[in-house]
Amino acid sequence: MSGANSNPTRSASAIARSLKEGRSHQKTNAFTNIPKQVEEVLEKWNTATSRRNFLKSSGLLVVSFSAAPLVSTAAAEAAAAAQAAGGPYPDPDFHQLDSWIVIHEDNTAAFYVGKTDLGQGTGTAFRQMMSDELDIPFDKTTCIMGTTNLTVDQGGSGGSDAIQVDGWPMRRVAAEARRILLDMASKRFGVPVDDLTVNDGVITVKADPTKKITYGELIGGKKFNVALTAANNNIDNTTGVAKVKPVQQLNMVGKSPQRDDIPRKVDGSGTWAVDVKLPGMVHARNVKPPVAGAKLISIDESSVRNIPGLVKVVSKGNYVAVVCEREEHAIQAARQLKVNWEKPATAAFPTSDDLFKFMRNATPTSKRQPNVVGNPDAALASAAKVVEAEYEMPFQGHTAISPAHALADPSNGQMTIYSNDMKSYGLRNGVSQFLEIPRDRVRVIWMDGPQAYGRTAADDAGFEAAFLAKEIGRPVRVQWMRNEETAWDTKGPAFTFKVRGALDTQGNLVALDFNARAADYNHLGYNEADTVLIAQLMGRRRAMPAPGNSDIPSDMYAIPNRRMVAEVVSLPTIWETPLRTGNLRDPNGPQVTFAAESFIDEMAAAAEADPLQFRMKLLNASTTDDNGFRRARSIAVLKTAAETFGWDTRPSPKRPGNGTILPGRGVAYTYRGQTVLAVIAEVEVNRKTGHVWVKRLVCAHDCGLIINPEALRRSVEGGMLHSLSRALYEEVKFDGEKVTSVDWITHPTLTHLDAPAKIDVLLVNGDPNPNRPDLPHYGAGEASLKPTIAAVANAIYDATGVRLRRVPFRNARVLEALKAAGV
Amino acid sequence: MSNVTLKVNGKSHTLDIDASTPLLYILRNDLGLRGPRFGCGLGQCGACTVIINGVATRSCITPVSTVKSEVTTLEGIAKNGKLHPVQQAWIDEQVPQCGFCQNGQIMTAKALLDKNTNPTDTQIREAMAKTLCRCFTYYRVQLAIKRAARAIASLGSNRSKEVVA
Repeated sequence: MSGANSNPTRSASAIARSLKEGRSHQKTNAFTNIPKQVEEVLEKWNTATSRRNFLKSSGLLVVSFSAAPLVSTAAAEAAAAAQAAGGPYPDPDFHQLDSWIVIHEDNTAAFYVGKTDLGQGTGTAFRQMMSDELDIPFDKTTCIMGTTNLTVDQGGSGGSDAIQVDGWPMRRVAAEARRILLDMASKRFGVPVDDLTVNDGVITVKADPTKKITYGELIGGKKFNVALTAANNNIDNTTGVAKVKPVQQLNMVGKSPQRDDIPRKVDGSGTWAVDVKLPGMVHARNVKPPVAGAKLISIDESSVRNIPGLVKVVSKGNYVAVVCEREEHAIQAARQLKVNWEKPATAAFPTSDDLFKFMRNATPTSKRQPNVVGNPDAALASAAKVVEAEYEMPFQGHTAISPAHALADPSNGQMTIYSNDMKSYGLRNGVSQFLEIPRDRVRVIWMDGPQAYGRTAADDAGFEAAFLAKEIGRPVRVQWMRNEETAWDTKGPAFTFKVRGALDTQGNLVALDFNARAADYNHLGYNEADTVLIAQLMGRRRAMPAPGNSDIPSDMYAIPNRRMVAEVVSLPTIWETPLRTGNLRDPNGPQVTFAAESFIDEMAAAAEADPLQFRMKLLNASTTDDNGFRRARSIAVLKTAAETFGWDTRPSPKRPGNGTILPGRGVAYTYRGQTVLAVIAEVEVNRKTGHVWVKRLVCAHDCGLIINPEALRRSVEGGMLHSLSRALYEEVKFDGEKVTSVDWITHPTLTHLDAPAKIDVLLVNGDPNPNRPDLPHYGAGEASLKPTIAAVANAIYDATGVRLRRVPFRNARVLEALKAAGV
Repeated sequence: MSNVTLKVNGKSHTLDIDASTPLLYILRNDLGLRGPRFGCGLGQCGACTVIINGVATRSCITPVSTVKSEVTTLEGIAKNGKLHPVQQAWIDEQVPQCGFCQNGQIMTAKALLDKNTNPTDTQIREAMAKTLCRCFTYYRVQLAIKRAARAIASLGSNRSKEVVA
């Protein structure tokens, strides 16, 4: 443990202090005077229209932008003229400060950013970061996100990068705005900038405090007209002349103002993408092929002739949809429509029961260059003890609580799509290509929606709505049904793993041979015009399917001999299949870390070592570290988790007693980028039923500089429980031709009954120099998914002595394993 | 089609509608309410929950013809401009992630607390068991229900003091 002592690891209590005690839990005014929804914010400073009166008169919620916002300098006039005619919708120019920040006459500010907040509070975090740099009160700011013609294109969300990557240009442009405002005040008062102070959006002459002026008075309602630079024309590099503040001068960063999206989510006042209604809008439902690869032969339209308000049966290739005036009639029509399909001659895929056998026997379609250290074969051959294990993770879906949906409006020869797609800019680009509409004639208005933890069917629904709207010439709202969503949503790839490890006579892990194989060939990207489902069904496919990904473990263990191989295999059918893969919240991390960290536990057990100490030893076996101090920070999170949990040092398994309930604890550790974390799970396994209850979860989490600790805690909690659902319940089942998981009975999920009694999220700052002026902020949206499954598997082993190597750990599987082991 | 009269959040509405239509579509599409949401259409997830006669009811599988009493939706539980204690607890506890299911979480919790102002942990888990959340906010929802129960209890004791005074 000498290595650990030389590192600045800190106890949980010290860490709690470091989180600026007394500053968290601070409540901020709900900011009711400046509403959050895009259209309402725009209304506030669009004097040209009174949308509220219009709403009153129509009696329906109608979303429309009837005048141009003051967005980018270059585009503002053009946009003003164009929007009066309903378009076009050019991109705001990210090289212009005005595209990012607007300061109003009442000394409030609106931040326009190209990200989407999926419910983890990134919008609130952006306001914290930008208000700090701008020196304006947090509660006088608002953040507008993800609307393609209003906000700069930062790509929407993905990869847990909102704070880590996109937060930097946001901070820099806010710092630049502050610099410009100080310059303006300097000219106004005829004193050098150094003789001015700025506080809460008010600039004061130091020598004469009666001389002061607000930002609003300086520039309110006017444009900055300041150009920014961006190396390589990359928006992530956008910067002005000003430097961001050192971490010690940040005020709102590190506090926990309440998330600004929550009030509208609890009082029913929010307008979600599912809520938008437009005059003349019609409702569409898809009619999916009954089996993968089915070919449409004919449609009997007379089968739906009795449906009231039937607008049209639309079909192209194997894509079929019905459109009706009323939603319930569209649902009825989709169920009733008689379609003659021809099944493919051969099975599209193995059954879910045969999947892993199929994958093991398949020839890989691609293989990453093996990652080799030392000589693993020689080490394995001469080892004192060799352990081998195979692990299996099934396909798991997004299975969003709301099926995919979108509304597309083709008015004025434009295409406006209301969507919760986390990559609204990609949806805009993809639809433009797909329908051959110029890019600046398509806009996507991002709105609240169900969880978007990766590549969901929201992409597909957006394309479908736009296609149908173009066909019908009226606004079309598409909503998938539950069975479609559960069966046809993109899936996280299934994995098989083959792992071997070697111990020397002292119980040191001297070799690791890790093979990960993912069923991920033709992995879907986001919003691709040649891979979205409607394109596939219409026969529009790319010539070269994406090779897909597999992955290797993420750890800082010093293991002298290692070989890590990541391979991809293909299912027999890769197009027009419900078993299509796409990113699901940390695309491969939960699968790979399940195998990797279960296996480390198996090696600890083989060495008769405490599993936590076994990991510590592997981390301390080297003193070299990377430039983000990832090894030192790994040790810090393991120590913190263990201290808080009250880890009892002993080898696993615990000898099971005679009772019905078998308690146990397990640990797992990993990193995601520069975010490092350890999870400890305490379980109770019911010997009679096989039921596993994860009674307690402790997560020590180090994602660098923390913007909003309370929002981060909840995001980490949600991530761990998402992973727990995947550990205990989730598996997409299929026969040889279709997915048979179609609802919440056939695709069970975690429920309230499974909630742990206690969750501790410990926010660790294990940086050797936590006072670094430019301490970076890393991503946190997905990391907590990675170690949780392994922590649970390891805890079950500790409780029962039974090693579960196949996810999910549903009662029947656990009970069978217990019985087989005589527990 | 037939004339159906519905009382929702204190207001009566008469609609010319197929009486077998699930209540959810009437609430959302004809009355413009946004609280209850479509999640499964099968009564399995709870996103569409409304309260009828004190019972948390799944409006996606409730034909409008069977609705004989007033319907309360998420929009109808705040009183006199003040959030219901359950809603306030949801904000104080910062419960939602995406928030799509939270209508069901809140309405089911309210129906529970209306009947049982001091539920045990087990009673909370069981009452909420079939209200699903795919951002997995269950832990926070349960903390918020306990917080709301405390708030309701303190409101109640204040009220009885007022009566005494």
